[in-house]
Amino acid sequence: MLGVTELQDMYETMVMARHYEERLQEEYLEGKQPAFDISAGPIPGELHLAAGHEASGVGVCHHLRAEDSVTAPHRPHHIAIAKGVDLKAMTAEIFGRETGLSGGKGGHMHLFDPDVNFACSGIIAEGCPPAVGAGLDAKKRNADDVAVAFLGEGAIDQGAFLESLNLASVQNLPVVFVIEDNDWAISMPKERVTDVTNGAQRAAGFDLPGTRVDADDVIAISDAATDAIGRARDGNGPSLLEVQVHRRMGHFMGDAEGYRPDADKDAATRRDAIERLETKLRANDIDDETFDELRSRARDRVEEAIEWAKEQPEPEPSAAYEDVFSSPPSEEPERAPSVADTGGED
Amino acid sequence: MARPEEHRQTERSLTMSRAMVEAIAHEMREDDAVFYMGEDVADYGGIFDSTEGLLDEFGRDRIMDVPISETAYIGAAVGAAQGGMRPIAELMFVDFFGVGMDQIYNQMAKNTYMSGGALSVPMVLTAAVGGTYNDAAQHSQTLYGTFAHLPGMKVVVPSTAYDAKGLLHTAIRDDDPVVYLFHKRLMGIGWLPAPDGPKTGVPEEAYTIPFGRADIKREGADATVVTLGLHVHRALAAADSLADDGIDAEVIDLRTLAPLDIETIRDSVAKTGRLVVVDEDYRSYGLTGEIIAGVAEGDLAALDAVERVALPDVPIPYARPMENEVIPDTDDITAAIRRVRSDE
Ligand SMILES: Cc1ncc(C[n+]2csc(CCOP(=O)(O)OP(=O)(O)O)c2C)c(N)n1
Ligand SMILES: [Mg+2]
Repeated sequence: MLGVTELQDMYETMVMARHYEERLQEEYLEGKQPAFDISAGPIPGELHLAAGHEASGVGVCHHLRAEDSVTAPHRPHHIAIAKGVDLKAMTAEIFGRETGLSGGKGGHMHLFDPDVNFACSGIIAEGCPPAVGAGLDAKKRNADDVAVAFLGEGAIDQGAFLESLNLASVQNLPVVFVIEDNDWAISMPKERVTDVTNGAQRAAGFDLPGTRVDADDVIAISDAATDAIGRARDGNGPSLLEVQVHRRMGHFMGDAEGYRPDADKDAATRRDAIERLETKLRANDIDDETFDELRSRARDRVEEAIEWAKEQPEPEPSAAYEDVFSSPPSEEPERAPSVADTGGED
Repeated sequence: MARPEEHRQTERSLTMSRAMVEAIAHEMREDDAVFYMGEDVADYGGIFDSTEGLLDEFGRDRIMDVPISETAYIGAAVGAAQGGMRPIAELMFVDFFGVGMDQIYNQMAKNTYMSGGALSVPMVLTAAVGGTYNDAAQHSQTLYGTFAHLPGMKVVVPSTAYDAKGLLHTAIRDDDPVVYLFHKRLMGIGWLPAPDGPKTGVPEEAYTIPFGRADIKREGADATVVTLGLHVHRALAAADSLADDGIDAEVIDLRTLAPLDIETIRDSVAKTGRLVVVDEDYRSYGLTGEIIAGVAEGDLAALDAVERVALPDVPIPYARPMENEVIPDTDDITAAIRRVRSDE
């Protein structure tokens, strides 16, 4: 059971993640009006915001330590924030700045923070195999670290996910797969692409525990994650969790969502996990003053990170040629003895 | 060989995406065996407008949204093609080819040969390619050379609406697998502004453009610029800017990589003696080297100077200054043309 202090922490992180996305939306749209040009403005390229996904990132990552690994998909910000990724460096990365996590090489879909073992992939389901590898690494080191792979419900028909379930299962690895079900994969509702819409059922085919959390409720998600992560940490192998979340915005910024019924969008906006937690906290006698404090602390951190990021320098064009290898070929020491050393004899 | 000029005459101009949709709709009306599979191709109409409006006319059985399972649906297209259908399978971004690559290069591309010609695989694999809008390393590649390198696939890269329609008609009617790579920046999508060039006159009726015929998009006597896709337009801009300095560059649009029209390039180089190959794909082991080798094999002595302009061998970075650095622009092409002319 979560104590009230923990719930307050979770609330603060959720508010922070939500505010982050709302502010990035504003920044992103700057320079893209009246005509939307994806390559214009302070943040160019695709931007997938996770407003409505907060309960998943926070409910799961609350139970993780820095040593535990997380892989996130193309919609990663809420997970990164909950995992403790450096917010300033992450924001600078999204703005394409030199002091960003990757010096501007990755961008918002490719955030990497080795300090807290966080990584992303923009290719659907392709974060699953590396999470299995992180679990394998922990097992080989006899450490009780856990790996968590986050994926969307649209990713559950992908070989990389299904193969990963099997490999993690047969090797009994400390891996938790978390499906964030927001009902949509861009314009495709899940019923159109699979007959088994409860993703947790896929676990049965690999003899794994599979749990689905129907409510977009951080407490219920946290409870389920406690079991799954505890199981992995205790050496009892992988499990699969599917959690219901909601997509409050378009798939990416600029998506007019012509395919999406208004009622569906309204419902997604109404079922707000942050409000739900607020109700719970109020029932625990948390007063307005405390809420104000939690909210303004969350917002201040976001504002501070964005302000800082925007002041950072852009990378030099020549930086594009760095980092292809961690030991560039020209700098590699010569390994084979040269003819001069051996006198030409074997 | 340039196509007859009269084909280009038409009142109506279309974006590249509209031209493609028109070809698909025409072929689907004519032949029940043609159908389209891809992610977000039905209600959304394709992320890059490649199927816009087709769901209304043809319904979900023929404009099929499929699960995010590239291996399964590209492979299903192979099987359906072998059974007599003429599927079009769309890979949303070419960068995702890795997910379904076995179906592409070990099944689709090889089954005709491995069956000793007993089978054919009449399908089209379409994919969006290219960068210039800061989508970073997993969503900006062209990978032209990768597909053209592997035998068994015909590879098509249109640069204008006129070519896009004619080449797509040819692709759908072809009895072999065709990989049709369209550049996002050329499609005329509302949120990704195109340059002026790709929107061209497009006849309403169906017409085919034969594979293996490069198009001389600009004639010139002083240097030969060979390119494809988006960079046709950048090369034309470079050539125009040099015209004021009295340098008259010829710009050849490859249009198809396999088969490759090396003769048109050799003829041009025989005239100019100077060759610049421009590619939005990686430099090493790719299209630039291939074209230069093809010219050299024909007549080594015809080559007075050679330059290649391509992506350096690095993944495509996200941030603007770095992406601009690695993707060749008009200035890079202009400079390369000047360099091959430097001994004049
Ligand atoms: C292999 C692959 N195929 C297709 C895509 C394009 N794509 C990006 S996001 C997306 C939908 C993903 O839906 P889901 O997994 O449910 O995540 P959500 O966007 O809803 O969070 C698609 C098809 C991709 N990135 N990778
Ligand atoms: Mg989804």
